[in-house]
Amino acid sequence: MKKKRVKNKSSFLKIGLVGNPNVGKSTVFNGLTGLKQHTGNWPGKTVSNASGAYTYHDREYLLYDLPGTYSLIAHSKEEECARDFVCFEEQDGMIIVCDAVCLERNLNLVLQTLEITKKAVVVVNLMDEAKKKGIEINLTKLSHILGVPVVGASARSGQGLTEIMDEVEKMSTKSPRGMDITYSAAIEKAIMPIEEVLKNRLSPNYNCRWLALQLLHSDECMQNSIKKYIAQDFFDDPILKDTLQTAKTNLLEDDITTQDLSNKIVSTLVKKAESIASQVVTYKNQNYQAKDRKIDSYITSKKTGIPLMILLLMFIFWLTISLSNYPSEMLFSFFHFLEPHVQNFFVNIGISSGFLSLLMDGVYRVLTWVISVMLPPMMIFFPLFTLLEDLGYLPRIAFNLDHCFRKCHACGKQALTMCMGFGCNAVGVVGCRIIDSPRERLIAILTNCFVPCNGRFPTIIAILTMFFVGFRSDLASSFTTVILLTGTILIGIFLTMLISYILSKTLLKGIPSSFTLELPPYRKPQVLRVITSSLLDRTLHILGRAVLASIPAGILIWVLAHVEVGGLPLLQHGTNFLNPFAELIGMDGAILMGFILGFPANEIVIPIILMIYLSNGSLVDFDNLLALREILISNGWTWLTAVSMILFSLMHFPCATTCLTIHKETGSWKWTFLSIVIPLVAGVVICFLLTSVVRLLGLV
Amino acid sequence: MKKKLYPLHCMQIGKKVIVRKVETEESIKRRLLDIGMIDGTEIECVLKSPFGDPHAYSIRGALIAIRNDDASSILVELKD
Repeated sequence: MKKKRVKNKSSFLKIGLVGNPNVGKSTVFNGLTGLKQHTGNWPGKTVSNASGAYTYHDREYLLYDLPGTYSLIAHSKEEECARDFVCFEEQDGMIIVCDAVCLERNLNLVLQTLEITKKAVVVVNLMDEAKKKGIEINLTKLSHILGVPVVGASARSGQGLTEIMDEVEKMSTKSPRGMDITYSAAIEKAIMPIEEVLKNRLSPNYNCRWLALQLLHSDECMQNSIKKYIAQDFFDDPILKDTLQTAKTNLLEDDITTQDLSNKIVSTLVKKAESIASQVVTYKNQNYQAKDRKIDSYITSKKTGIPLMILLLMFIFWLTISLSNYPSEMLFSFFHFLEPHVQNFFVNIGISSGFLSLLMDGVYRVLTWVISVMLPPMMIFFPLFTLLEDLGYLPRIAFNLDHCFRKCHACGKQALTMCMGFGCNAVGVVGCRIIDSPRERLIAILTNCFVPCNGRFPTIIAILTMFFVGFRSDLASSFTTVILLTGTILIGIFLTMLISYILSKTLLKGIPSSFTLELPPYRKPQVLRVITSSLLDRTLHILGRAVLASIPAGILIWVLAHVEVGGLPLLQHGTNFLNPFAELIGMDGAILMGFILGFPANEIVIPIILMIYLSNGSLVDFDNLLALREILISNGWTWLTAVSMILFSLMHFPCATTCLTIHKETGSWKWTFLSIVIPLVAGVVICFLLTSVVRLLGLV
Repeated sequence: MKKKLYPLHCMQIGKKVIVRKVETEESIKRRLLDIGMIDGTEIECVLKSPFGDPHAYSIRGALIAIRNDDASSILVELKD
């Protein structure tokens, strides 16, 4: 009944995409809808439901990319949301995506889904990977056994997408046969009477057999979903209560407790999957995992695991720094060359001199600085990082570091969210959903900003280059930058663990919870796709945000610098006010002001500081980092200022976007507030200690 | 004759074993069932992380890391 109403409202057919984590659901989704959901070779990337539409043969389909799940018996928020979609949402069919390399395990979810709905198409994805490993799958036979269409696909190269759309179209008009699963006699006997009661009560849209089975063994979470989607008073029905009680008593007489029942149900499915897999999968090479094992034996070994990790990090930094020097220089010269022309243009169209200085000294210089300094490292770092992600290295980092996180009473998956933080802390915070335990998830959220995101990265690199390395572009100097940068990152990681430990002992007391972490097979990254997607999507997105934030900031600073109260510009009042405190932590009022005004986006902290310095009248041309250094030094910067600034940009407060995301994820202002206070206190304390020690020893 | 049972985390790399009893806490027990670890499943210890904890096991073709605390409540018998 309900279904018809929805269809009248919209002509879209609602199709859900389920599958185990990391089988390429999002790749299939992107392939079908043309959207660009983030993909990568590690479980748990899709953390929220994405939906997108596609048209095939003049019919419109609305596709829902559900979070990856091993089963429809929910353990975590994501699994709950996938389960509720399959079980209770009014959908017109499911696409179940499987990994061809690991079909047997995936079949478990296929069987669970088919128990609920027969309107399904099974997609065996990653056929290319399986072929490489000598794994053959008899798709025709699989389709025959399962009773639903089966499509072999390699979604990354676009293979099989048309067939999927074809089968979905057929499925939407005619429901496939679909296999039934039979349990032991005792369980079947228990299901039957409940099924009858439900059939009399519910509309034919519901799969009463499945629901009956759930009622026999379900937990509170499932019961809540039933109440929510079917009826609040669902369990108040006296006939249902009676039948349920009798069935449970009968089961107990057969020595089956509710707990046993759950296990028996899962075991039945697992054994069924095992038997199906043995009929359709042939391994031509029994040792198909040998290559992965060999690589893993280095990447995770006691001797080489951690050093390799650090070396890899350093190598990426080195590439980023040494390669971004040249485009950076070129951009600087280009904008410098352009400056008089732009200025002339503004003069010609009749812009008054006061406003002109706002445009040129304020907006133009901030903008060009952001672009020259930010763009090149991002253009190199993002693709490199995405390559690692595609390769399957990130879960190995979590595997290597889990012991440390366990010592901090936190979850090893926090290493994954930390890695995401390198790209963007807001993304890292959302990614914390992969951590099941609420306590450990909060720890990961609160500490995420100790990893410098791409907005702070170039700031740190720029200061390191200006003050500690010099401007020779030889191997030695870039190597020094790399060592210092890696050191900075390691400080961040160390603090992440320290703070996690402190939180576990105080505010978020608890013991580490159990978890499993899947280490996916290595996959050859798609270099071209990585470069285009990371360049176009991520780099431009972040750069756009920085530019958007720097224009109003430029104007605000110009205004603050030109509106005078009591003979002094407002900005001066502000920096004067901050100065005494800033002095204590090794910086000055302008820097602190930069951090405060840079709250919308960390990228613009240095440009703001420069504008503050420049607004004091010292108008200097700057066409490269060397000139910038002169400006900073003439404003009293020493190496201590530089170190303090680096430490403080590693830990102050998360940017506005991250704060909002934290609030959204935790649903509480208290935790959001703490996420600001914790890094701020850490930063202030550490900078204060450093400054005091250095001054005490008379090193500056 | 009943075979002797060992806790899973004691197994050396490359040792093939058969799962007999999963006595871990409920949350991870469900997860292990979902990935196919039931009575009689053959698994193999494949990797040990640099600090010795966790270990990764090959379970039905997938590589799954489990902390030693949890693996110690999974009892296995040696495969001949």
